[in-house]
Amino acid sequence: MSLLELKNISKIYGELKALDNVNIKVEKGEWVAIMGPSGSGKSTMMNIIGCMDKPSLGEVLLDGVDISKESSKKLTEIRRDKIGLIFQQFHMVNYLTAVENVMVSQYYHSMPDEEEALEALGRVGLRERAKHLPSQLSGGEQQRVCVARALINAPELILADEPTGNLDEDNENIVLDLFRQLHREGTTLIVVTHDPEVAEIINENFQE
Amino acid sequence: MKFRKLPFRNLTKKPGRTAMLTVLVMILSFAMFAGAATIFSLRNGMKSLEARLGADVIVVPVSAKSKVNLDEMLLQGTVGYFYMDSDVLEKVREIDGVEKASAQTFLATLRADCCSIPVQVIGIDPDTDFTVQPWIAQSYGKPLETYDLIVGSKVGTEIGSTLRIYQQDCQVVGRLDSTGTGMDTAVYTTMDTMHLLLEAAQGLGHDLKITGDPDEVISAVYIKVKDDSSAVSVNNYINVHIRKVESVQTKNMLTTVSDGMAGASSAMTILIGGIWVLTFLLIIAAFCMILRERRLEFAVLRMLGASRRMLSGMIFTETAAICVLGSVLGILLACAVVFPFGGLIEEKLGLPFLQPGAGMCILLAAGTFLGVLLTGTVASMWTANRLSHVDASKILREGN
Repeated sequence: MSLLELKNISKIYGELKALDNVNIKVEKGEWVAIMGPSGSGKSTMMNIIGCMDKPSLGEVLLDGVDISKESSKKLTEIRRDKIGLIFQQFHMVNYLTAVENVMVSQYYHSMPDEEEALEALGRVGLRERAKHLPSQLSGGEQQRVCVARALINAPELILADEPTGNLDEDNENIVLDLFRQLHREGTTLIVVTHDPEVAEIINENFQE
Repeated sequence: MKFRKLPFRNLTKKPGRTAMLTVLVMILSFAMFAGAATIFSLRNGMKSLEARLGADVIVVPVSAKSKVNLDEMLLQGTVGYFYMDSDVLEKVREIDGVEKASAQTFLATLRADCCSIPVQVIGIDPDTDFTVQPWIAQSYGKPLETYDLIVGSKVGTEIGSTLRIYQQDCQVVGRLDSTGTGMDTAVYTTMDTMHLLLEAAQGLGHDLKITGDPDEVISAVYIKVKDDSSAVSVNNYINVHIRKVESVQTKNMLTTVSDGMAGASSAMTILIGGIWVLTFLLIIAAFCMILRERRLEFAVLRMLGASRRMLSGMIFTETAAICVLGSVLGILLACAVVFPFGGLIEEKLGLPFLQPGAGMCILLAAGTFLGVLLTGTVASMWTANRLSHVDASKILREGN
């Protein structure tokens, strides 16, 4: 059974069809890139997969369950329990330290555990920066904290929207290496990107 | 970090914003508590004045009105003196409709070597007095001896101490409870002691404008009219039939005070209402600004799995924390302004001012606290609703 399946998905805003009859199937453990130019509906699709929006038509099957008609409250629960989200602009809570940003995700999921959060930061090479505020971290470091935050609740699916879009080459490589490592460990990843090089890396890993 | 404390973390990390909101709430709390305490004090003062004045008609020498403002003397304790023959008392007692009549004699001390403090000394006849004696009996259960004094609540001297009045050493034996009227700043003694003090003052060369024997003068006659008689008739009779005196109905005096009090209360109520509306609008405006500033933060929390209810709860907790802090500070500030400066407020308003007791103050504080909390909660409700319905995905995508 696929982890995620979009069946005949359309998203319509008045006259505009942001998505038109899209079909996708993502198996468990796959690393998939969704590519396309600006305005092609990538973010709309990500919002639907990430349970932040509902399709106008079609079915979204997550673990075999159709979530396309679920209430906003139920979608929040699904997002919290099954999906880890990463954004281009990092989006850390600016008055919390790195470790606290990771723990917030634990708090809304189950129970904060500082040691576990520190371990997650250790995985992205930032354990020693745990007590720093976002303003004291570089862009690459902030994105790595966000990766740790997305990982902390062991989600079935990691959904990343242009995760390297705001990073320099070094940090881009660090983040992609992290994704590669997660993929090898069996995590399912969907990366929305318009960068062919990123898509190529994902494709190479898919070939492996 | 305990995540239940997340709202407090935000408050401490944004001290400027927290301080601004706290000050707004503090202003509201201050206005509500100070205004309510002032209105209650004025009402208490009025009730106390009505209860303690006791007399329906007061007779004073015709010269009195040119020397002092009788209302001010009675209500604010302005020092003054005037005298008339004591036979006025007998004439008054003979009038039909007079139930009780008792004389009082006034003497103003000076800020000079002869006297400890400038104060209004009032001589009463303990056997017939019905305006002050009941309160003296309540505060000091024994008869007053020669040179014994009972002081008003605001006279700055201790029981057991000696007050020097025109070089006569008088013993302070008791203190009256606060009345919020001119009684609080006066000193009371028997008519016998008063006559000794009048002689002493004259002996020291003070011209009290007394013609004749100091033992045979009085300053005012307080009259209680029989229930089946009219104070107006008694008042008119005296003005027509007794020479060189002027009769004043206390009801008129109280009506003036009562009107003044009603005016002050209304002004205070309008002021509190105005401040409440203004502060309420300011709090809403402040929350609107915060809404704009915190959209991203709330979108991130939504993305991480916070439900709308959780976000609303977070806003309510923050608001409640600010309201608790602001209202407590406002109430404390109001206490620090209204209670120590009650005398000044009384003087400025020219109205009797009797502060409420501890129980009433606690009730007022609790009412203010709840009122402020409710105002803050209502003001934040709209914000909470807006913030919890933010389009998280759009904000996260756009980054603001």
